[in-house]
Amino acid sequence: MKYAAKRIAMLLLTMVIVSFLAFAAFSLISGNTAEILLGTQATPERVAALERELGLDRPLLARYAGWLLGFFTGDLGTSFSYKQPVWELIAPKAAVTLCLSALSFLLIVAVSIPLGVRSARQAGGRLDGVWTALDQLCMAVPPFFTGILLSWLFSTVLRWFVHGNFPDLRADFPGALKYLFFAAVSLAIPRAAMTVRMLRSTILREMRKDYVRTAISRGNDRGGVLYRHVLKNALVPVVTFLAQTMAEIVAGGIVVEQVFAIPGLGRMLVASISNRDYPVVQAIVVILAFWVVLAGTAADLINQRIDPRLRLGGGS
Amino acid sequence: MLEIRDLHVKFHTRDREAVAGVSLTIHDGEIVGLVGESGSGKSVTAMSVAGLLPRKRCAYSGQILLDGVELLHADRAALRKIQGKSIGVVFQEPQSCMDPLMKIGRQVEEVLCLHTDLGPEERKGLALDALAAVELPDPAAVYEKYPHELSGGMLQRAMIAAAIVIRPRLLLLDEPTTALDVTVQAQILDLLKKLNRESGISMLFISHNLNVVRRLCARAAVMQRGVLVEEGDIGQIFYHPRHPYTQRLIAAIPTRGRKEESL
Amino acid sequence: MKRMNGYLKAGLVLTGLLAAVIVLGYFWTPYDPTAMAVGPKLDAPSLAHLMGTDNFGRDIFSRVLKGAGTTFAIAVSTVAIGAVCGTAVGAVTGYFGGAADEILMRLNDALTAFPSILLALVIISILGPGKKYNVVLALGLVFIPSFARVTRTAFAALRDVNYVKSVRLMGASRARILVVHILPNTMSVLLPALTIGFNNAVLAEASMSYLGIGATPPDASLGYMLSEAQGMFTMAPWYALGTGLMIVLLVFGVGLIGEGLQRRGNEVA
Repeated sequence: MKYAAKRIAMLLLTMVIVSFLAFAAFSLISGNTAEILLGTQATPERVAALERELGLDRPLLARYAGWLLGFFTGDLGTSFSYKQPVWELIAPKAAVTLCLSALSFLLIVAVSIPLGVRSARQAGGRLDGVWTALDQLCMAVPPFFTGILLSWLFSTVLRWFVHGNFPDLRADFPGALKYLFFAAVSLAIPRAAMTVRMLRSTILREMRKDYVRTAISRGNDRGGVLYRHVLKNALVPVVTFLAQTMAEIVAGGIVVEQVFAIPGLGRMLVASISNRDYPVVQAIVVILAFWVVLAGTAADLINQRIDPRLRLGGGS
Repeated sequence: MLEIRDLHVKFHTRDREAVAGVSLTIHDGEIVGLVGESGSGKSVTAMSVAGLLPRKRCAYSGQILLDGVELLHADRAALRKIQGKSIGVVFQEPQSCMDPLMKIGRQVEEVLCLHTDLGPEERKGLALDALAAVELPDPAAVYEKYPHELSGGMLQRAMIAAAIVIRPRLLLLDEPTTALDVTVQAQILDLLKKLNRESGISMLFISHNLNVVRRLCARAAVMQRGVLVEEGDIGQIFYHPRHPYTQRLIAAIPTRGRKEESL
Repeated sequence: MKRMNGYLKAGLVLTGLLAAVIVLGYFWTPYDPTAMAVGPKLDAPSLAHLMGTDNFGRDIFSRVLKGAGTTFAIAVSTVAIGAVCGTAVGAVTGYFGGAADEILMRLNDALTAFPSILLALVIISILGPGKKYNVVLALGLVFIPSFARVTRTAFAALRDVNYVKSVRLMGASRARILVVHILPNTMSVLLPALTIGFNNAVLAEASMSYLGIGATPPDASLGYMLSEAQGMFTMAPWYALGTGLMIVLLVFGVGLIGEGLQRRGNEVA
C-alpha cells in the first residue's frame, strides 16, 4: 500500500515534468504566437496588445501553472485555426483514440501470450526457425502498409465498413468498433510479433533457472512447470514490455488513424502541426504522454502484485 | 532399498564419461555419503537417481532400482510418479532453488498436490507438521512467507520440509550445506540426523567435504573421475584410507576445527 | 571468429542485395523516376516496367529505388546521430556515474513518456515541417535516449571488471579506457541495438513522410509514395504493393541480422 502511494506520487511528479517539457518546448517556438494570429500586417502595438490579452507577457512558470490548472479544469485555451475551445475540440477525438488503443492492446495480449508460450514450448523443434523468421517478418510490416491493404480489402472489396465514414461513437458504438477493429489489427501485428518474441525469450531464460529443476524433482510435468512456476516468473518483464507497447500503440495510432481516416487525436495532431496550431498540438502531446506514463505506472503496480520482492520499495 | 548397478553416463559434449560404471547400494534407514571433488561425477550420479538427467543430451546405461523398480530407463510418466513421492531432493542453493514468487507453504505442499488427493486443509496440516519437524520457529508464519523473506539456513530447512512432507523412501541431498555458513551447516546436519533417527528415512548425501560426510554418515563412497575408488565404513575410510585420492582428500581437511571449503 | 548462424546469413544476404540495389539506384535507374509518361498510365507490372506505372505514367520501380534511397539515407544518418551521441552519453554517465548520471537518466525517463514518433513530430513542429534535414535531426535526437540507455548499462557493468581495473592501474587515460578497452566489449549489445535502431528509423521516417511531415517531393521517400499509392490502390495496387514490399524486405533483412547477432551473443555468454 505504501509502495502504491509512493508510486502514485512519482507518477504525479513525472506528469508535471513531462507536461512542463512539452509546455516549455512549445513556448520556445510560439513566442511569436501573436504574430501568427494577426498575420503579416500586424503592427508591433497590436502584437503587444494581443500578447497581453493572451497572457504571453507573463513569465514562463506562471503561464505553465495557469495552463496546467486549465488542463485539469477543462480550459486549454482556444485553437488558432478552429477558433474553438481546445478542450471541446479534443474530447470526442480522445475518446476515439482511447477506443482504438484499448482494442489494439487487447488484440495484442490475446494473440501474443498463447503464441509466445507455444513458441517457447517448441523452441529447438523442427519448425522453430521458420516460426522465428515468420515472427520477424510480422515485425517488419509497418502498420500503415497493413492498413492500406486491410482498408482496401474490407472496405473497397468486401464493404464491411465505409472508408472515411466513421460512425459516431455514442450513436453507433458497435459500428464504430467494427470500423476501428481493422485499424487495431494493423497496429497490433508488429507489436504482437515483438511480444511473442519477448515472451519466448523470457520463458526460455526462466526455464534454465534452478527452481525449475526443483519443480521437476517434485514430479511436475512440463505443463506443470510452465503454468505453476515459470509463467508467473516470466510475467514481470512482459508486463513492463506491454506498458511500452501501449506507448507504441499510441504512436502508431497517429499514422493508422490517417490511413483509415479515423477522426482521433492522431489525425488532429498531424493537421494541427501543419497549421501550426500550437495550443492544440501541445494539449494532444501532453494527453498522449500522460496516457503512456499512466500505462507505465499501472504496469509497475501490477508487477508489484505479482512479485513480492518489488514491494520492498525502491523501484522496478 | 536403492541399488545402482554399473551406471554409465556420458554427455554428448564431453569426451570422457561423467560416470563410468558406478555401483552403490543404500539399505533401509541408512545414510550414505558420496564424496568427491567437483567434476568427479557425484552430482551426475545423484541426478540420475532423481530422474533429472537431460536424457536427450547424454548416453546412459546400467540400472537404478528403487525397491526393485527400474528408474534409469523408465518412461517420463512413470518417473514422475516416483519423483517427489518416493524420492525427495534437496539442492545446494536454497535461494535459487525455491520459486521466488510462491509462498513457502505452497511450495512445501506442492508434492502433496501432485501425488495425493488430500484436501487443502489436510495439506496445510501436513505442511505445518513438516515445517515444525525441520525445527523452524513459528511454522504458521513461515508458511505465509516468500523465499526472499527467509535466511539461507531457514530456506534450506523449508526445502527439507518440502522434500519430506510426503515421507519419501529416499532423500537425496546434493551439497545441501555447502552454500551455508559453518554454524548453520552444523545445525542442518544435526537436523538431518534427527530426521533419520526418528522417521528412518534413507539418505544419499553428496558432498565435496569429507569432514561433513563423517559427521553424518555411517557409510561413504569416494568418487574420482567417474569411478568409485573407495567404499566402506566411514571410520575405515577416514582413519585408514586405502586409495591415494582419499588420502589427499583427508589431508586437505584442516586438522583442527571443522573449517568448510576443503579443496 | 564466432560462428555465423542461419538468421545472420539470411539477413546479411537479403540486406546486402537490397543495399546493392539501393546504391545502384543512386547512380542509375531504369527510367527517370520523376519523368512522366515513360510508359502507358497505370500499366500493370511487365518486363519493361517491373512494378508497373502510376497515373502519370511514371515507372514505379525507378521511383521505389529512388524512394528507398532517400529512406535508407535518412535512416542511416539518424541512426548514426543517435548511436554516436547516445553512446557518448551512455559511456560517460555509465562509467563515471554521479550527479550528471542521475540528472540525465531522469531526463531520459521523462523522454520515454513520449513515444518516438510523437517526440519526432514535436521536434519537427518546432523546427518547421516538410524539410528533409529536419527529419534527420528530429529522428536522430529521438534515438539518442535509447542508445544512451543501452550503452550506459554496458559501461556501468564493465567499469568494475578486473581487466578494466588493471589498465586503470597501469595509468591508461580515461578516454583510452572508454574507447579502446570498454567500447569494443559493448559491441554484443550495441550491434543488435543498431539493427533495432535502423528498423525503427526506417519505420519512423516512412510513417512521417506518409503523414506528409517528413521528406516531401522531390525527395519522395517510401512513406510519401505509399500515401500517394493508397489513393489509387484500386486502379494500380502494384504501386502500394511494390513500395510496401520494399519497406518490409528492408526491415525484415535487418531484423534477421539483429536476431542472428542476439542469438550469437547468447551462445557466447
